[in-house]
Amino acid sequence: MSGSPEDRHTKKRMGLYHVETAGDGRSTLKKRVFSVVVLSIAAMIAVSALILYHFYHSYRDKTYAHLNILVEKHRRDIDSFLKENLGAIRFIAKIFTFDELRDASFLENCLMNLQSHFNNVFVDLGVINARGVQIAYAGPFRLGKALYTEAPWFKKAIQSEYFISDVFMGLRGLPHFIIAVRENHNGHAWILRATIDFVAFNNLVESIQVGETGLAYIVNRGGSLQTKTRADVMKEGEILTILGEMEKGRYGQTYITTISGRGGNKYLYVAALLKDGQWLLIYRQKISDAFREYNHALRVAIAIILLGGVCVVAMGILLTSRVTRQMEKGEREREAMSAQIVESGKLAAVGELAAGIAHEINNPVAIMVEEAGWIEDLLEEEEFRESKSLKEFHRALEQIRTQGRRCKEITHKLLSFARKTDSRIHNVKLNQIIEEVVSVTAQRAKYAKVAIEKNLQEDLPCLRLSSTEMQQVILNLINNAIDAMEPDGGRIMITTRSDQNALVVEVEDNGPGIPEANLARIFEPFFTTKAVGKGTGLGLSICYGIIKKIGGDIEVESHVGKGTTFRIKIPLPVARGSATLSATSDQTSDSDRMNRGV
Amino acid sequence: MQAPLVMIVDDEAPFVETMTKRLEKRDLRILSALSGEEALEKLGKNQNTDVVILDVKMPGMDGVETLKRIKRDFPLIEVIMLTGHGTIESAIEGMKLGAFDYLLKPCEIEDLQAKILQAVEKRREHEERIKQAKVREALIRHGAS
Repeated sequence: MSGSPEDRHTKKRMGLYHVETAGDGRSTLKKRVFSVVVLSIAAMIAVSALILYHFYHSYRDKTYAHLNILVEKHRRDIDSFLKENLGAIRFIAKIFTFDELRDASFLENCLMNLQSHFNNVFVDLGVINARGVQIAYAGPFRLGKALYTEAPWFKKAIQSEYFISDVFMGLRGLPHFIIAVRENHNGHAWILRATIDFVAFNNLVESIQVGETGLAYIVNRGGSLQTKTRADVMKEGEILTILGEMEKGRYGQTYITTISGRGGNKYLYVAALLKDGQWLLIYRQKISDAFREYNHALRVAIAIILLGGVCVVAMGILLTSRVTRQMEKGEREREAMSAQIVESGKLAAVGELAAGIAHEINNPVAIMVEEAGWIEDLLEEEEFRESKSLKEFHRALEQIRTQGRRCKEITHKLLSFARKTDSRIHNVKLNQIIEEVVSVTAQRAKYAKVAIEKNLQEDLPCLRLSSTEMQQVILNLINNAIDAMEPDGGRIMITTRSDQNALVVEVEDNGPGIPEANLARIFEPFFTTKAVGKGTGLGLSICYGIIKKIGGDIEVESHVGKGTTFRIKIPLPVARGSATLSATSDQTSDSDRMNRGV
Repeated sequence: MQAPLVMIVDDEAPFVETMTKRLEKRDLRILSALSGEEALEKLGKNQNTDVVILDVKMPGMDGVETLKRIKRDFPLIEVIMLTGHGTIESAIEGMKLGAFDYLLKPCEIEDLQAKILQAVEKRREHEERIKQAKVREALIRHGAS
C-alpha cells in the first residue's frame, strides 16, 4: 500500500510527532522519577532526622543524669572521707590533754589506733605549739621539733578551729595534705596535725571509673591538682567559668560541660564542689566514650537509612518507570481507541450509505433481471424462433443475467457488511448456532455437491456473545468453503470442542487449499481470490473483526491440494458465582423474540 | 390436475408484473398483491392458493408479519420468502415461523419454479394426508355405527 504523496507526507509528519512524543516521554519519565525519589528521600530523611534528634536528646539526658548521680555520690564519699578523718582528729584533740599528747609514745599509740581503725589513711600525727614548733611527732619521717611558723597551712590552721589543707610538698618533699585541729592549753593555742595518706586519698578519688576513659581528679580553686592524675588538667580559666556557673546555683550540685582537649578530642566534664567549696571534683570522659552506645546506634541507623535510601531510589525508579510505562501504554491505547472509534464511525457511516444504496439498487436489478428473463421467455415463442439475431439476443440476455447476478452478489455482501446486526450479548449455545447455519446452507451445499458433516462435542458451556454475529461468522466460513469446492464438490467438517477456558470451532474442507502467498492476506478487507464479480473480499475480514471483538482468535491452516481449516477460539465467560454458564433463559427469550418476530 | 395457484406479494409493481407473466408462461396460475394486507384479503377469497411468494421488506405490513397471519389463518398454504437482504436472520426467522423455504432476490426463475413445485407437492401431500385421515375417521364412525 503506497498511498498518495499527501498521505506519505502526513505519515511522515505523524512519525516526527511520534518521535517528539517519545523524547518528551523520556524527559517526563526522568522528571517523575526524580520527583518521586527526591520526595521519598526527603520524607525519609526528615523522619529519620526527627527520630535521631529525639533519640540523641533522650540519650544525652539519660547519660547526663547518670553521670550527675555518679559524680554526686562520689563527691559525698570524698566529703565523708574528709569529715570522718577530721572528726577522728578532733575527737583525739578533745578527749586527750595537751600533756598526754605531747608524750611521743602516747601520740605513737594514738597513731597506731587511728591507722588500725582507718585503714592506714593517717600517715603521721604531730602536736604543734602556738609558735609553730612541733613539740611531739609520731610517724615515719624525722620531723621532730620541726618549725612550721612560716608554713602557709600553719598560719591558716592557727586562725581556725580546724583546717584541711590543699596538697603541698612541705618539709618531707612529698605531696600530701593535712588535717589540723586547734585546741587551747592554759590559754595557749596548740594544734594537733594529721597527715592523710596521699595514695589512699588518690585511690579513693580515682575509684570512679565509667567506660574506658572516665576518670576523676580534684583541683583547688586556683586550679592546682589535689590528686595525681593522667588527665589533662583543666585550665584555670575553665575552672573559674565552671565555678562561676556553679555559684549562680543554676545547676544544683553538679555542672556539666563539654570542652575540646588536645588532639581535637572532645571531653565531657562533670564538676562538683567539695570540702566546703574549696575543692572541685572533676569527672572527665571522652564524649565518644560517653556516647558510645548512641554512636553505635547512630551508625546502625545511618546504615539503615542509607540502605532505605538505596531501596527508595531503586523502588522509585522501578515503580515510576512501570507506572509511567503503563500510563504511556494507556495513553497509546486511548489514542488508538479514539482512532478506532473515528474509523468505526466512518465505517458505520459508509456502511449505512452502502446498505441504502444496495437495497435501492437490488429491487431495480431484480426487475431488470426478471424483464430480461421475460424477454428470454418470449424468445421461445414461434414468431421469434426464426429471427436471424436470435443467437445474439440470447447472448445479450445471458450477459444481462450474468451482470444481474454480479450486482446481486455485491449488494448482498454490502448488505451483510453494513446491516445492523443484533449485537446484543446473550448466553448462546455454539452447537445450536452451527446447527441453524448448517440447515440454512444445506440447500446450497446440496446443489454444490458438498457434504456438510458435524462433529459437535456435547454439553459445551454457553458463550456470552451476539448470536447473529456468530451466525454470520459460521455462515461466511461455510459459504467460503462451498465456493472453494465448486463445481467439483467436496466435504466440510465442522468440529466443536472445549479447550481449557475456550471453545474451539473448526471448519475444515478438502478443497483446493490456499496458496501460502495469500494466507497472510486473507483477513484483509477487499482481498479476494475469487473471479471478478464472485467475491467482495469482505467475508473473512468480517469474521476476523467479529472474533477479535469478542476477544477470540481466528487462524487458518491450509495445504494446497489438501484443504483448508479455519480454527476459531472463543474464550469462555469468566464465571461469576457458578463455574460455568448453562443454557439460560437468555437463549429461550432470544428464540421467543425471534418467534414473536421482534 | 389443475395448475398450481401461486400468489406473488411484493411492493414493486413491475417485479410482480414480470414475475406473473414469467410464471404464467410456466403453467402456473398467478395471483398478485402489492402489500401484505392486500395478500391476506385476496387469500381470504382464494383459499385454494397453493403457494405464496412473499417479499420480506414491504411498507406497511412486512413479510414476516404477513407470514405469521397467513400461517395463522391459512395453515395449509406454503410460503416461500423472497428477501432483498442477504441477511440470515430474516431467513431463519421465516423458516422458524413455518416458511417452506427462502430465496434471495433477484433469483433464478428456475430456482423459484423448482421451489414452487416442491412447495405445491408438499401442500398436496399434506392435503392428501388430511383427506385420508378424514376418510379413516368416517370409516371408523361408519363401522362404529
